[in-house]
Amino acid sequence: MSLVLPAEGGLRRVIGDGADLPDGRVDGLTTEDLLGLYRNLVLLRTYDERSVVYHRQGRIGTYAIFWNHEAMQAGSAFALEERDWIFPSYRESAIGLLRGIPASTILSWWRGHPSGWWSPKEYNVASICVPIGTHVSHAVGLAWGSSLKGEDRVAVAYFGDGATSEGSFHEGATFAGVMNAPAILFCNNNQWAISTPVSAQTAAPTLADKAIGYGMPGVRVDGGDVLAVYEATREAVERARTGGGPTFIEAVTYRAAPHATADDPSSYIDQERVDAERANECVGRYAAYLARLGVLSDDQSQEIKDEALELMRAGIEAAEAEPQADIGLVFEHAYAAPPPGLADDLAELRRVLGE
Amino acid sequence: MSERFLVEAVNDALHAEMERDPSVLVMGEDVGRLGGVFRATAGLQERFGESRCVDTPLAEAGILGTAVGLCMAGWRPVVEMQYDAFSYPSLEQLINHVGRYHWRTRGTMIFPLTIRMPYGGGVRAPELHDDSPETYYVHTPGVKVAIPSTPADAKGLLTAAIRDPDPVVVFEPKLHYRSAKADVPDGEHVVPLGEARVVREGTDVTLIAYGAMVPVAERAATVLEGEASCEVLDLRSLKPLDEEALLGSVARTGRAVVIQEAPRVAGFGAEVAAVLAEKAIFDLQGPVLRVTGYDVPYPYWQIEDAYMPSVERVVDAVRRLLATS
Repeated sequence: MSLVLPAEGGLRRVIGDGADLPDGRVDGLTTEDLLGLYRNLVLLRTYDERSVVYHRQGRIGTYAIFWNHEAMQAGSAFALEERDWIFPSYRESAIGLLRGIPASTILSWWRGHPSGWWSPKEYNVASICVPIGTHVSHAVGLAWGSSLKGEDRVAVAYFGDGATSEGSFHEGATFAGVMNAPAILFCNNNQWAISTPVSAQTAAPTLADKAIGYGMPGVRVDGGDVLAVYEATREAVERARTGGGPTFIEAVTYRAAPHATADDPSSYIDQERVDAERANECVGRYAAYLARLGVLSDDQSQEIKDEALELMRAGIEAAEAEPQADIGLVFEHAYAAPPPGLADDLAELRRVLGE
Repeated sequence: MSERFLVEAVNDALHAEMERDPSVLVMGEDVGRLGGVFRATAGLQERFGESRCVDTPLAEAGILGTAVGLCMAGWRPVVEMQYDAFSYPSLEQLINHVGRYHWRTRGTMIFPLTIRMPYGGGVRAPELHDDSPETYYVHTPGVKVAIPSTPADAKGLLTAAIRDPDPVVVFEPKLHYRSAKADVPDGEHVVPLGEARVVREGTDVTLIAYGAMVPVAERAATVLEGEASCEVLDLRSLKPLDEEALLGSVARTGRAVVIQEAPRVAGFGAEVAAVLAEKAIFDLQGPVLRVTGYDVPYPYWQIEDAYMPSVERVVDAVRRLLATS
């Protein structure tokens, strides 16, 4: 087991502020990598912004916004290999874009169409987990089970600050520690669980402080700094691969958008803080960093944004072109070997519907 | 054939299936070094090692949640819940994920896990060591439920459960873990899910039971000999339910009494009664009666026998039914 130190107090940062705080560098990242990360950030940002528009247009249903969470998702995913597993919550609904899941598939999920339910093993991206924190133990089970088979696989579970209050989180983290699972518990602490602030979730000074109780290192990172997130995750992946067990990463940001399209945060959120966060949002911060490095030109940036917009345009078009799902899918796959009564139910339903 | 107690038959099935399929993994509280508080998993860790018979933290939701992840990694976990009521923290995983994940992957991944647990009362135990929670499980879509009443069925149903591609919950009547030995087939023995068993043939009334209530029904049938000819039907599997056997038996006898240890309201007996009302109403000569536990917390053990469906209560129900039909 790795040595467990008290959780870090400050936030790890790499990207400077363009003024007093100097830019850092992450060893081992090529220019191509730096641009790849930017492309991923823009893809997620575009997905999110377009989804809010599609929702307003009535083209997708209720949608969980992840605006300004892109650095946490893109940065951490960049530290993984294809064989590693991602266990998203609904806040990371589109993280599979980075693994090749088509935009139309994820949009279909938010449209409630069966084509939105992908095969996890095809992408090593688990299904979107809706009940809070309940997938932490799934990631731990997969990581532990893979290591029992001698496979080199890391699993990352993503969840929010509120999830750390759930019993599921506690039990999953307990197993991660005891089984020395090659898992990463990635907490995107955006400081709000709908209207409940993180101060009402725990009396612990930081969420990362919880890690010591599970016998794993807890690190804190600026969730708006994609390079700091990448570096922290890379370190956790390395620890997991070399038998050092799990890591808890607390990435700290501030939720600068509603919880979901059905939420109006004006009654509870600190608008000044939101404005400050929006002015310092994670994609712009990274673009400025790359510009200071001389790696990203305005033209390149525009090209990447146009690509992402086109991908979304084609994605929503494909999602909307999906044929009406057959009602047989209500019954199909409820069981691998279904009890006989279900076939009777479907036959009766078809008869009543005159099919 | 060997003479075995029910719990020994469970142990025999686990040995056989772990031998046969290297992806079968047993996990739970105290299952390894101790071999389980009832010794159902005795000898597995010595035989198959610590990574295939795993002592887990005391965390039922974590046990079932990690079992879901183990399925995704290609394992076939057999989870022990130490007691019936201890399984309640794991219902979150059962309802939210175990019963839904195969569907969620649109059939592309299977979750062939088995949950087995001792259940039921009559063992003079502290609170919450006596429950019959099968309704919670059988009401969960995507989950199958089996309940053996004999050592041979305990082996055969558990074997079928482990091999089934869907999640299956097997409730083992702890009262009968060591009540009597009976013949159990050696080697491979499968009792397919969804096949009820006629324990005893009769012509006047069908006593429908499962698990620990089967011996109660059998004794009631014996008491009623000369007065009423009772058929005893052991459902063995609640989902899938053997409707053919159920309807066939009631068609022959024209009367039904359903016996269930769990509280009455919305229990599995109500499902059986509803199936009979929908599909056998013209075969019935009288109302379907239920003999069940009551809608109360499982009682203090000094007076627990008053709660349990007894031979006397079953006999009384049959007499009432025959008097009105």
